Amino acid sequence: MTAATGTAAHAAVPALDDTAPAPVAARAGGRRWQRAVTPLVLLAVWEAAARTGLLPPGKLPAPSDVLRAGYTLAADGTLTTHLLDSLHRAAVGLAVGSVLAVVLGTVAGLLRLGEDVIDPPVQMARMLPHLALVPLLIIWIGIGEELKITLVALGSFFPIYFNTYAGIRDIDERLVEAARTCGLGQLARLRHVVLPGALPALFLGLRLAIGAAWLSLVVGEQVNAQSGIGFLMMEARDFMQTDIVVLGLVIYALLGLLSDLLLRLAERRALTWRRGLKAT
Amino acid sequence: MAARPEGDLTPVLTADGVRRAFGDTVVLDGVDLAIRPGEVVALLGGSGSGKSTLLRVLAGLDPDAAGAVHRPSHLAVVFQEHRLLPWKRVADNVSLGLSGADVRARALSALEEVGLHGRGTAWPAELSGGQAQRVAVARALVRRPRLLLLDEPFGALDALTRLRMQQLLHRLHQQHGFAALLVTHDVEEALLLADRIVVLEHGRLVESIEVPLAHPRTPDDPAFGALRRHLLGRLGVSV
Repeated sequence: MTAATGTAAHAAVPALDDTAPAPVAARAGGRRWQRAVTPLVLLAVWEAAARTGLLPPGKLPAPSDVLRAGYTLAADGTLTTHLLDSLHRAAVGLAVGSVLAVVLGTVAGLLRLGEDVIDPPVQMARMLPHLALVPLLIIWIGIGEELKITLVALGSFFPIYFNTYAGIRDIDERLVEAARTCGLGQLARLRHVVLPGALPALFLGLRLAIGAAWLSLVVGEQVNAQSGIGFLMMEARDFMQTDIVVLGLVIYALLGLLSDLLLRLAERRALTWRRGLKAT
Repeated sequence: MAARPEGDLTPVLTADGVRRAFGDTVVLDGVDLAIRPGEVVALLGGSGSGKSTLLRVLAGLDPDAAGAVHRPSHLAVVFQEHRLLPWKRVADNVSLGLSGADVRARALSALEEVGLHGRGTAWPAELSGGQAQRVAVARALVRRPRLLLLDEPFGALDALTRLRMQQLLHRLHQQHGFAALLVTHDVEEALLLADRIVVLEHGRLVESIEVPLAHPRTPDDPAFGALRRHLLGRLGVSV
């Protein structure tokens, strides 16, 4: 029991607690290596099972076959084209969704009128699972690129909106007051107090939004896509190319992992002040 | 800072008939106060007597208060909590809201004056409570205030640090000659630092006494003790 709680606490350290002092981080680094053992063993078992014919190749090909499929597709440029199309959709959708969310969340967070006007409809819309909107969206905007981008934008909007709003509302009123006594006007207070104060919440919103964006993309690319990772998978299914289907899954997972990693790096750079204690 | 001309007795701050009520509760019921240039006034009062409310009104932070307040444009406030922006380095906190080419140098020299030489690039989270409060004092000082408003500035510090901060404030006052209003519930602190002590009770200033003691003051001076007994009696504590 005690051991289990200990492990859970350690697992949470690198992800959530940025203020952890250095020695703990170093210990977590040692443990991280140990944590790689189980996945590697599973991978080896999977490979062995596929090689010995225990797993029918049509149901689940060996990891090495998936890797080979990936290499073949990458070599002739197919993979890059599809990957770029998927990335493009995710980037445009995320940009549209997050700009709207930051603007609306800031207005709702700063102005009472803005809150009254913006917040109720957003709260109501939040209750709709946005992926269930696909049939309606197809009727409205068709099955082209717009559909995929709209889905990504919708998925990323809500986490950023709510975190921007909450981040602004959570700012210590006393800091704003102190800034006023230092002669800062409204715009300067926004720039020096409100926005930096809301930044940690904004980063959290962005991380959640990227997760939602990939999920929306997966769904969007299964609707009449002519390109993209989702299209690659749907086409492969039609030809029973299980290795490419699995490859698509792996790529989606890697994209999610990579984007989260990049964002955490950016967060660490932007929020150095939160690790102030660690620096000494 | 240049010494002010003798006989310049135009108050740096005047307040006439300041009133403030929260719902039906009247906290300030007609407060009149004038502070002369360079004068240190301590505002004493029990907890809940409206000391901090009055300071907020005088600082211009309370738009709902009634009454006339004339305050100088060069005014700075030090609060009980340091209220430094955690996302700005110490020197940037000090120079917050200032502009000009020499701002950085001014901020660093203000930090030096409060004994924090070389800590300009630290984050507020790296400072102890006393150091953070010193930065808050430097942030006020760098504005070259004619009037410094202090709201129980050392109330959250430990006893030793508080003594050091009181000495620091006295030294800075000697050097810069700003007028100050020190809100406190600590009678000794008021007697150590103030030229005049006013007592707030039931929303009015009920007493204003000059403190005729020469600096450096010590609590074991008999005159100090007599004033202390008198003020404590005024605040309803018999000794």
